[in-house]
Amino acid sequence: MTATEMKERLVGRALKRREDPKLITGHGNYLDDIKLPGMLHIALVRSPYAHAKIVSIDASKALAMPGVVAVFTGKDMLDINPMPAAWQAAGVKNYPVPPRALAVDKVALVGDPVAMVVAENRYIARDAADLVEVEYEPLPAVVDARKAVEPGAPQIHEAAPNNIVFEWECGNKDAADAAIASAEVVVKEEIINQRLIPTPMETRGSIARYDPLTGEWTVWMTSQAPHVHRLLLTAFVFGVPETKLRCIAPNVGGGFGQKIFCYNDMAFTMWAARKLGRPVKFVEDRSENYKYSTHGRDHITEAELAGTRDGKITGLRVKTWANIGAYFSTVAAGIPTTLYGRIITGVYKIPAAYVHVTGAYTNTAMVDAYRGAGRPEASYLIERMVDRFAAEIGMDPAEVRRKNFIQPEDFPYDNGLGLLPYDSGNYEPALNKALEIAGYAEFRKQQEELRKQGRYLGIGISSYVEICGIAPSAWMGGQGWGAGLWESANVRVHLTGKVVVTTGSLPHGQGLETTFAQIVADELGVPYEDVEIQWGDTQGTPFGYGTYGSRSLAVGGVAIKRSVDKIKEKARKLAAHLLEANEADIVFENGRAYVKGSPDKGKTIGELAAAAAVAYNLPPGMEPFLDETSYYDPPNCTFPFGTHVSIVEVDPETGHVKLLRYIAVDDCGNQINPLIVEGQIHGGIAQGLAQALYEGAVYNEDGQLLTGTLMDYAVPTAAMVPHIETDHTVTPSPVNPLGVKGAGEAGTIASAQCVMNAIIDALAPFGVKHLQMPATPERIWKAIHGK
Amino acid sequence: MIPAPFDYYAPTSLAEALTLLQRHGDDAKILAGGHSLLPAMKLRLASPSVLIDINKVAELRGIKVNGTVEIGAMTTWSAIEHHADLAKACPAMADAVALIGDIQVRNRGTIGGSLAHADPAADMPAVILAVDAQIHVEGPNGPRAIAAADFFTDMLSTALEPGEIITSITFDSHGAGEGSAYAKFPHPASRYAIVGAAAYVKMENGQVTACRVAITGAGPKAERQSAVEQALIGTDGSADAVAAAAAHAGEGMDMLGDIHASDEYRRAMCKVYTKRALLKAIERAR
Ligand SMILES: Cc1cc2nc3c(=O)[nH]c(=O)nc-3n(C[C@H](O)[C@H](O)[C@H](O)COP(=O)(O)OP(=O)(O)OC[C@H]3O[C@@H](n4cnc5c(N)ncnc54)[C@H](O)[C@@H]3O)c2cc1C
Repeated sequence: MTATEMKERLVGRALKRREDPKLITGHGNYLDDIKLPGMLHIALVRSPYAHAKIVSIDASKALAMPGVVAVFTGKDMLDINPMPAAWQAAGVKNYPVPPRALAVDKVALVGDPVAMVVAENRYIARDAADLVEVEYEPLPAVVDARKAVEPGAPQIHEAAPNNIVFEWECGNKDAADAAIASAEVVVKEEIINQRLIPTPMETRGSIARYDPLTGEWTVWMTSQAPHVHRLLLTAFVFGVPETKLRCIAPNVGGGFGQKIFCYNDMAFTMWAARKLGRPVKFVEDRSENYKYSTHGRDHITEAELAGTRDGKITGLRVKTWANIGAYFSTVAAGIPTTLYGRIITGVYKIPAAYVHVTGAYTNTAMVDAYRGAGRPEASYLIERMVDRFAAEIGMDPAEVRRKNFIQPEDFPYDNGLGLLPYDSGNYEPALNKALEIAGYAEFRKQQEELRKQGRYLGIGISSYVEICGIAPSAWMGGQGWGAGLWESANVRVHLTGKVVVTTGSLPHGQGLETTFAQIVADELGVPYEDVEIQWGDTQGTPFGYGTYGSRSLAVGGVAIKRSVDKIKEKARKLAAHLLEANEADIVFENGRAYVKGSPDKGKTIGELAAAAAVAYNLPPGMEPFLDETSYYDPPNCTFPFGTHVSIVEVDPETGHVKLLRYIAVDDCGNQINPLIVEGQIHGGIAQGLAQALYEGAVYNEDGQLLTGTLMDYAVPTAAMVPHIETDHTVTPSPVNPLGVKGAGEAGTIASAQCVMNAIIDALAPFGVKHLQMPATPERIWKAIHGK
Repeated sequence: MIPAPFDYYAPTSLAEALTLLQRHGDDAKILAGGHSLLPAMKLRLASPSVLIDINKVAELRGIKVNGTVEIGAMTTWSAIEHHADLAKACPAMADAVALIGDIQVRNRGTIGGSLAHADPAADMPAVILAVDAQIHVEGPNGPRAIAAADFFTDMLSTALEPGEIITSITFDSHGAGEGSAYAKFPHPASRYAIVGAAAYVKMENGQVTACRVAITGAGPKAERQSAVEQALIGTDGSADAVAAAAAHAGEGMDMLGDIHASDEYRRAMCKVYTKRALLKAIERAR
């Protein structure tokens, strides 16, 4: 290859995911595939009550069963601390009550573990768990966040009076009050963002092994953030140096947020492995996952939006009760505060906005980040209210959006809610493109015609902006987050010219192995096949905060890019030395360093790597090997945006909704791999439209989960997701050198309200102004029939 | 998700299966497709100490269509779904099986297992009531046939006696002027029926001369809708006549109500789905 011949660029190409063949042919290695010699198995004894005192625990029958090694209770584990409460609401008092490894003295939700049986195999453990006799004294329960903080509600934790986790606010209350008091039009709505169960295909679990000679553990975990878990488990739970623990996340079968958190099973497997001197394994079954692993959303909100008759929005006032569940999960308080309240005004310039959030304990599963985490709740709220406002003043909802959009010249844009400035955006072209694909004007005519025939079609618009690439550390520190949020990466070019990248990110379905390799292959000019991406083991990868918040490309990917830049810099220096040229005259291009003006006088990166590795002839002071590490802490988050449009038909006889079309126009900045972006958008939309139409975790008043199985909780199948028409605009982010923003959560953030707005539009002839999710046939039928 | 311990037998003949069932009595359960029994065992809602797997009993499988239809108890939904003659002989059954669960469910689930289990939300009970089928069983006292109308006694309860195994289901093929259909409101998660209506009609000289309608999903067991049938017989089967007749659907039935559909809503949907099934059945009969 001569210097002028360009290697075809991989960035921007829709390569198939290199991780997939292994995963889709059953050759992945998931937690439950791991079997260690001498490994014991844990089954938990879980509370059937939502709220009760533990009067006594009698394990004698279980202990008598052959194959049972031990039974432990919460009191046995008082030598370790509760799980950490890592992200508390900023600037206010928090009352964090995180769970202990096992419950002590009382239980606070159905499924709270009170004892654990350790046995030679899982079957024995499970049978023996039934023989542990626990006597409870049931207490009254509360499951609704708003009711939980009312006077007289059952008190769940002594350390959290009135079940309040925090009371937090942002924005300008006086200005919002004044805007609403003096407005021409005010629309008011109670908006419920129902509780969802993330439902990763693989449930959660951990395996711990302890070496008594060195005092070191190895823990295999279903984790989106093994480095963070290592830190939290050692420094906070066990009070030992983090060097005593190695965490390994093997293939992770989906997370959607649920695997970000530090769970009690990580602690009790470690505790038991140390106690018993044998490896121990715990894997949840689906019922346990539904009862005990974290859920998402669950907001009750009273919202008021003020505006003028001609469609200008002048104020927004929001009061939200956020259900935190029975205990404080790892980052529970950050989600309904920073990631919700601070972006409540969405894509609109709203001069006066105020948000008040009460976090409440209830006798339900813990609530924490679930795909989108706070932003779907915010986006749902503002997009429903804008539609509600448009209907009230009789203006086209697309027009109201255009009238209030933040304009291109307003960026960087400070929304006045304590967020960092929105980096870049151009909202109207995305809206216009989506409407054009939908044939908006034409549809409105058709809709009118069909209504006359008794057919009810509706169109819904959702214009969104979200927060991705969650960082910078200094800002997040001020947001109550108890650590940093930078990422790091190491890049090595081996003697043979093969490139190994280790990253602190933790791909679990995002296609990062492919995306990262595309970037590195382009930047270094090496074949794509020569780039290997490694992750998941705290021994052998540099520290990373993990994969969530659509941050692994915008933060972790940039760390890789910076390491590659350093490698190129060193390669240029080495080339100058070997070619006896002036360093300033060396150009690095297409995997070759050459002297400017004489392209055939050069060295390939492979030749340079070999020279750096054998180290026979290095410039004075240069260390051997091409091996560079970077720690990247971006200056800002990124703010992807877009507009989704959907068209539905409602069957007035039954209330069934048919999704006729779904159009997604997203702007995630530069796209490294459009196929992966599209896949992420598709998956996100499936989860968002499922919130609109199907999913909802329901507890009865006694705190029993009524949607405790997949026969009751409707996760969408492929057959329930329509064909999705995707398109995009590209507004590069000025925040990072890749110009990328993030795409992992956008689909979920945009879609629930898109479908709800369409349904409510279809039901306009029946006078329907709002419906709660999920819009089940019965809910719609009742709205049509005024019931 | 781990069942209690059990012993497992896999007989290869009906006689052997009956002997095993006799020997183990109440401790034993027949295992057909396992799609209802195994989940119940994994959730420890059922803990039989003996399973008698009848998947290897070949004589219980198969479909015969010639004036009458005979379906072996161990026939899977997918075998029924893909049987072209059966679809002609009884379109309602073809409608119903195509809507059961998903492909995996249809590959495992059996008609005998479904009828024996008598899930209030199963589809097939409504169809066999509407086609007035006979359920053939064999037990310690020899073979006998039970009319569909007598088979379902309550939620998850049937007229099967202890020790009896369902062997087959028979009913008449549709002839000229006969039509049937099944209309279903599926549960979004399980795909079982929230309301399912099966309708059979016979049209002679532009008049409805026979009609049988049954509803599943809405109540504790699948039930015939005699008020609907009476109202339709003797009419011309026009859309108006059907709507008037369907308005009687659910009369006298106890309606189930749960987080997925209230009793009020189920009652309303009985009428809608009865109407839809009848319209389709009449269209096919004409
Ligand atoms: C995800 C899912 C979705 C489903 N969706 C639907 C649906 O939409 N509609 C629908 O109708 N069904 C549905 N089903 C039910 C399924 O199709 C089967 O019909 C049902 O599970 C019972 O059949 P089986 O062969 O699996 O019986 P099994 O589970 O093996 O047995 C059920 C019971 O019947 C007894 N039994 C079985 N065979 C006989 C026999 N020959 N004689 C006497 N007793 C017997 C067993 O002892 C047991 O008590 C669904 C099931 C699943 C798992």
